[in-house]
Amino acid sequence: MNMAVLTCINCPLGCQITVSADALGRQKIEGYGCKRGLEYAKVELTNPTRMVTSTVRLQNADIRQLPVKTSAPVPKAKIMDCMCALKAVEVSAPVRAGDIIVRNVCGTGSDIVATRCVAASESAHCKP
Amino acid sequence: MQNIDLAIIGGGPAGLAAAVGAHTQGIRDIVIFERDSTPGGILNQCIHNGFGLHAFKEELTGPEYAERFIQQTKDLGIRIRLNTMVLSISPQREITAVNEQGVLHVQAKAIVLAMGCRERPRGALNIPGSRPAGIYTAGTAQRFVNLNGYLPGKEVVILGSGDIGLIMARRMTLEGVHVKAVVELMPYSNGLKRNIVQCLDDFGIPLLLSHTVTEIVGRRRLEGVKIAQVDADRRPVPETEQYIPCDTLLLSVGLLPENELSKSAGVQLSPITGGAVVNEQLETSAEGIFACGNVLHVHDLVDYVSEESLLAGRNAARYIQNALAETRRNIPILPRGGVRYTVPSMIDPRLMDPELVVRFRVDQVYRGYRVCVYLGDHLEYSRKARVLTPGEMESVTLTQAMFAKQETVPSVTVSVERAE
Amino acid sequence: MVYDVAIIGGGVIGCTIARELSRLKLKTVVLEKENDVASGSSKANSGIVHGGYDCTPGTLKARFNVEGNTMFDDLSQTLDFPFRRNGSMVLAFDQDEIQHLEKLLMQGIKNGVNNLEIINREAALRLEPNLSDEVAAALLIPSGGIVCPYEMTFAFAENAAENGVEFRLNFPAESVEKQAGFFSVAGPAGEVRARILINAAGLYADVINNMLSQSRFTITPRRGEYCLLDKTEGELVTHTLFQLPTKAGKGILVSPTVDGNLLLGPTSQDIGDKELKTTTREGLQAVLLAARRDVKSLPAGKIITSFAGLRAIDETGDFIIGRSPDVENLINVAGIASPGLTSAPAIAVHVAGLVRELTQAEPNPDFHPVRKAFPRFRHMSDEQRNRAIAKNPDYGYVVCRCEQVTKAEILAAMRGPIGVRDVDAIKRRTRAGMGRCQGGFCMTRVSEIIAQELGIPLNEVTKNGGGTNLLMDLNKQDLHEGE
Repeated sequence: MNMAVLTCINCPLGCQITVSADALGRQKIEGYGCKRGLEYAKVELTNPTRMVTSTVRLQNADIRQLPVKTSAPVPKAKIMDCMCALKAVEVSAPVRAGDIIVRNVCGTGSDIVATRCVAASESAHCKP
Repeated sequence: MQNIDLAIIGGGPAGLAAAVGAHTQGIRDIVIFERDSTPGGILNQCIHNGFGLHAFKEELTGPEYAERFIQQTKDLGIRIRLNTMVLSISPQREITAVNEQGVLHVQAKAIVLAMGCRERPRGALNIPGSRPAGIYTAGTAQRFVNLNGYLPGKEVVILGSGDIGLIMARRMTLEGVHVKAVVELMPYSNGLKRNIVQCLDDFGIPLLLSHTVTEIVGRRRLEGVKIAQVDADRRPVPETEQYIPCDTLLLSVGLLPENELSKSAGVQLSPITGGAVVNEQLETSAEGIFACGNVLHVHDLVDYVSEESLLAGRNAARYIQNALAETRRNIPILPRGGVRYTVPSMIDPRLMDPELVVRFRVDQVYRGYRVCVYLGDHLEYSRKARVLTPGEMESVTLTQAMFAKQETVPSVTVSVERAE
Repeated sequence: MVYDVAIIGGGVIGCTIARELSRLKLKTVVLEKENDVASGSSKANSGIVHGGYDCTPGTLKARFNVEGNTMFDDLSQTLDFPFRRNGSMVLAFDQDEIQHLEKLLMQGIKNGVNNLEIINREAALRLEPNLSDEVAAALLIPSGGIVCPYEMTFAFAENAAENGVEFRLNFPAESVEKQAGFFSVAGPAGEVRARILINAAGLYADVINNMLSQSRFTITPRRGEYCLLDKTEGELVTHTLFQLPTKAGKGILVSPTVDGNLLLGPTSQDIGDKELKTTTREGLQAVLLAARRDVKSLPAGKIITSFAGLRAIDETGDFIIGRSPDVENLINVAGIASPGLTSAPAIAVHVAGLVRELTQAEPNPDFHPVRKAFPRFRHMSDEQRNRAIAKNPDYGYVVCRCEQVTKAEILAAMRGPIGVRDVDAIKRRTRAGMGRCQGGFCMTRVSEIIAQELGIPLNEVTKNGGGTNLLMDLNKQDLHEGE
């Protein structure tokens, strides 16, 4: 009988969820504190996904990096590919939080969106 | 000398929420003093998510969470003086600050301290060895990566498994850096359990508990660190020493409330939290000066910082409106059992809100214990807690009703005790 | 082009000599191998202006220590560097040690040190309430003082530069040759020729000398480890407290620094490596143990940094100062270990005298002795601050919050007569990064200022010169497809 203990990552509570198979091979999930935990446990062992945050190069602003995130969780196995896809990305201010920076990154169905509003800056060229 | 009603020192999440809380209470003449060129404080470099689950029922990144409050202050027309460094505060609430226009002197009717905290540096750890390039506190490295767009190194060891260290382990890995290990002195991590999973387990980064860095090696640039296991007294065991080649060492070894200004105001500080001693109004020992957020005690969740700060702002406003009682009869809130400290640490039950959140931390990991609240000797409340750990702030809620039941209560005690 | 004088070494010795030489009409150049003056032993020592009781009478150390000590009040004013005559005490913990104090007293009198006095326990405790109860008596030396050794070195260097001395930083002297009428000093940064060579090369003075002279000597590095405590402890004691000196040196001291911190150390250990400036667990423990003997209640959690320095020890135990016996126009100023810092101004006058003899040089009519450090925001009054900001808004931008250092001062350090370009050099010039957060807050901002001023990308900013870049690469550079 297989058993796995997962720490749910959906919120800081970090419920310990036990996923096991009973004698008939039916999946049993215990220990979750809410619906999101249950959903997490169902998916985590077979097709784990993660929300991913990063930054991309920003031009024409007082800061050099724009913080971004995936609009939806992406398969864990594709995380590094998605990061690699951001390597060449360059955005120009002004940017609004929520702006789509990359559509359907690495075919995951998730976009990369900005998470910060940044105004265009006249003195941007002076910044290192 | 300029006269204002409320001065808020710091435009990070604590200061922003305090401003909103004061405005909601009816005060309009508010100025936030912020040393950086934008508000938002440390959240601007916390580009990861995990913020706002309590406050907004959404999982937000740091900048997004900050924006919620920045937008509120904009909508409410609350003034922020950016690029302005406060140099001192007097006990009479006179603020001296400086920016490129000159030195400012401002007399405030009330002040909210919201300066946040700083990181414990390498020097405070007394790690023997050389002083090469490549050693940073995790937050400094975080700023370089997230705001400047540069990597401090390529082969990284992280000392300290608090949340900042864990977050940087993931962050660096996602940028193509090889994070070789996270080394933690204690037998448990101080960070959130979810961060162990999504920052270390996800990437196969080893977490070495009960280990420490015993020597730093490298002439001009870091070349490696020696690590060793520690014994029950947290002293290194020489036979276990091993060498990890690396070019960067990130230190995530503690946050210290930044209370230099509080000292200049004569505010009494707690030797345990490093932050001000406050009553249930979050007022410090200096009249009319309130404190909230990381400068009061280091938090894990910004949501609780906002909750605490909204109250501090509201109370500062009530003070200005002369709505806070002049005479107080304080009784102590005593931390006992495994409780290291409580905030607030004193209360006048006649003056409290219908409900008062008392936040606390424990001094080690407790499994199968109860959190207990005593009014005097009488056990008023108790709840089972599966796990209590120093890295996760806890709270209990006191109610007016609890105090109404008893004639005089000499003290309140918050403790953790073994469950039967 | 042949200089009149080349000084190898930009430590306190080289820079004090340079300033004295700038009183004469001479073309002088200082060659410093690191990226700033005061990069070697001159930045990592106790900063004590010694009384002179500890030197063996008749030695160069005794002579120059006592002479140098008297010069600090004047020089610190004229050259605008921080100095305080706080007095020293040598502590004795039992009867035997009290006898030793008496020997030191006699030795001090012989050396010409005034106002020495042995005081009893009560008197010592009255002066220093935080002294340990184990103290039995103390030798009081009113002429003892504290100074910031690198600020002192900058002050001399900047005045020398203002008076015409050239400074070449990042100029290691890898080979030195005597040719017809001049010395040729060469290295990766180029070649410099000078008629007179002054060897003030600190730990490497033997290497330089032995390239030229048959009268060889050996300089042994002797490491000393220190702990620096937060300014909250800066008033734990007012005097500099010593324990009894041994053959290895003056022992571990407890002293306020002129900037308001508390300094503990140094240990004393001969090592084989002239670059081994590492601290050790044993060394740091020894420092704390010894310090705890002197004062009661030394707080545990107040150390903000620890470091090690290397003393340049000659086997005779005395200074080597003077013209080389077999190489004409070579002047050695070597083995300058404690009380080297105190002796420096007096040594400089003496060496300048030697040079004057050799060159018959005339006085420099344009010599101006006064040097003003660039104004420090943290020392200014409100009116001064407002005036400074009105003229230069960068004085209103506080970069280092812990030490209140503004952008104007950082730029002044970069643009001054001996401008620097690295984070650590700027730290020593301005104190940005020396506070309780040790640069955690300001390092990012200081690097941005450096990059902007020099017009270089952020990852070319270094901590301390070549190979110490703060940042390695742009984000994501090591991410590759298919990983």
